[in-house]
Amino acid sequence: MSESTTHASAIELARRIRARTLGAEELTRAYLERIEALDPALQTFIERDAEGALASARSVDRRLARGEEVGCLAGVPLALKDNLVTAGLPTSAGSRILAGWRPPYDGTAVARLRASDAVLLGKLNMDEFAMGSSCESSAHAVCHNPWDLERVPGGSSGGAAAAVAAGLCAGALGTDTGGSIRQPASFCGVTGLKPTYGRVSRYGVIAFASSLDQVGPLARTALDCAALLEVIGGPDPRDSTSIADPLAPGSLLQICSERRDLQGLRVGIPREYFGEGGLEPDVERAVREAIETLASLGAELREISLPHTRYAVAAYYVIATAEASSNLARYDGVRYGLRAPSQSLARMYGLTRQQGFGPEVKRRIMLGTFALSAGYYDAYYGRAQRVRTLIRRDFERAFAEQCDLIATPTSPFAAFRLGERLADPLQMYLADIFTISCNLAGLPGLSLPCGFTAQQLPVGLQLMAPPLSEAALLSVAAVYQRSTSWHLRHPPVAEVPS
Amino acid sequence: MQITRDHVRHVAQLCRLELSEAELDTFTRQLDLILGYVAQLEQLDTDAVEGTAHVVDLTCPWREDQEIPSLERDQILGQAPARAREHFEVPRVIE
Repeated sequence: MSESTTHASAIELARRIRARTLGAEELTRAYLERIEALDPALQTFIERDAEGALASARSVDRRLARGEEVGCLAGVPLALKDNLVTAGLPTSAGSRILAGWRPPYDGTAVARLRASDAVLLGKLNMDEFAMGSSCESSAHAVCHNPWDLERVPGGSSGGAAAAVAAGLCAGALGTDTGGSIRQPASFCGVTGLKPTYGRVSRYGVIAFASSLDQVGPLARTALDCAALLEVIGGPDPRDSTSIADPLAPGSLLQICSERRDLQGLRVGIPREYFGEGGLEPDVERAVREAIETLASLGAELREISLPHTRYAVAAYYVIATAEASSNLARYDGVRYGLRAPSQSLARMYGLTRQQGFGPEVKRRIMLGTFALSAGYYDAYYGRAQRVRTLIRRDFERAFAEQCDLIATPTSPFAAFRLGERLADPLQMYLADIFTISCNLAGLPGLSLPCGFTAQQLPVGLQLMAPPLSEAALLSVAAVYQRSTSWHLRHPPVAEVPS
Repeated sequence: MQITRDHVRHVAQLCRLELSEAELDTFTRQLDLILGYVAQLEQLDTDAVEGTAHVVDLTCPWREDQEIPSLERDQILGQAPARAREHFEVPRVIE
């Protein structure tokens, strides 16, 4: 099958399958062959489900042949970050402590994809428990960036971004707690959306930081992200923080497809995202050009200030680790996963956790436990929560008074080399400097390809919007993608004949 | 504040994490570095600011009181490292 097919958009593939000019089974086989050929070098998949994928593809072909109704993603091969639980299919969240666990149920986002007749190819590589910005903390294998195998794909949804970029699936679901969808999307040259907190149910998402975690799509285009969000979003009685859709069912994709220009759109450019954080010149150039493109499409640019930006990383690494230390207490060797043998219960807990967790996860559990411990709670956790309020207010003020959207670089730099930031955890944390505020404020954020560095590495433009403004975010991105072609470029590895 | 090996040993005990001597050294150094960075939050006057625990203003919603099947007991117990009949089995707690 030609690469024009395996690199087509999910919407285009869905249309061709429905029109029966492309067989779902034939397409699924083509992706499985590409995975077989290319993934040994990339390591984007932790678990493949060829049998399950082919069975759902055949079922789609059969129903279409009989003239029966099928779901809106019928036959489209997708893949899932390995912290989304899947009935019967091993789910490890990239951790040794959960190796071999077969969940007894599907999470809500996964169940909704299945109900839309999508084909699920398997589970994607990630930083252990989504803690990392490079995918290097995965207990499974180090994942590689398809644009340069010596570089990281970003994290924590690194496998998802790399698999979409390399044409190993037509789209994927990831999770984003501090940038884990947007930063790898920018490193791998794909489009990634972190929805508003609460827009997608967290039922069946292996918890990292419950007040920040959110599921979202990574795909080739903003319109594909809209199509995926439309399927997975919406309230869920199993997640009391999930919130109602602001739009009528089916209207998101329509709104995004119909927008033609950016007349009347006020785009805020926060000066704090350009002066600080070690912004690479190549990244700055590409992002500024992209912002000029938004202006040429009709947007009005306004310089704004988000004065508490520089405190976001510090506040985040207290709040996220505090929540993680509580969420990860459940891994104790009793009900699932790894158990280290011991005669005493207390020692069994301690040894299981020592052997089951990698260094980054241990570091964060301890940091969070410290921040919540007697005598330090208010000085660390309490203060970080108050700073979170200040960061939220910066955005509230900007959106109330100055702009409809905010445009920034997604990351200060393009994909870095494997190992480059591993020795110093703080350097790794600072990689999230431009994505974290969005999670702290609960806003939707998106990264889309907007150019390349001199070394031919993709650069991402980040757009942020007020809560529940996904339609604005995705429609602006769709307008940008209609007049640019950065998102259509494929990495060299994806051109290896399969 | 300076993070010491005693702090780290205490925290590791609170979160039920056995640490080797080498891990104790590494984490002492790293936690000290990271908490040193976090200390910049003290530059801000937050006395009059209310904390954000959660961004969604929620009252806990009620769901319909419907009977739905629970997960299969055998399927759950089948995932455990050790089971005894209908229970999770763990090392002895009381001698």
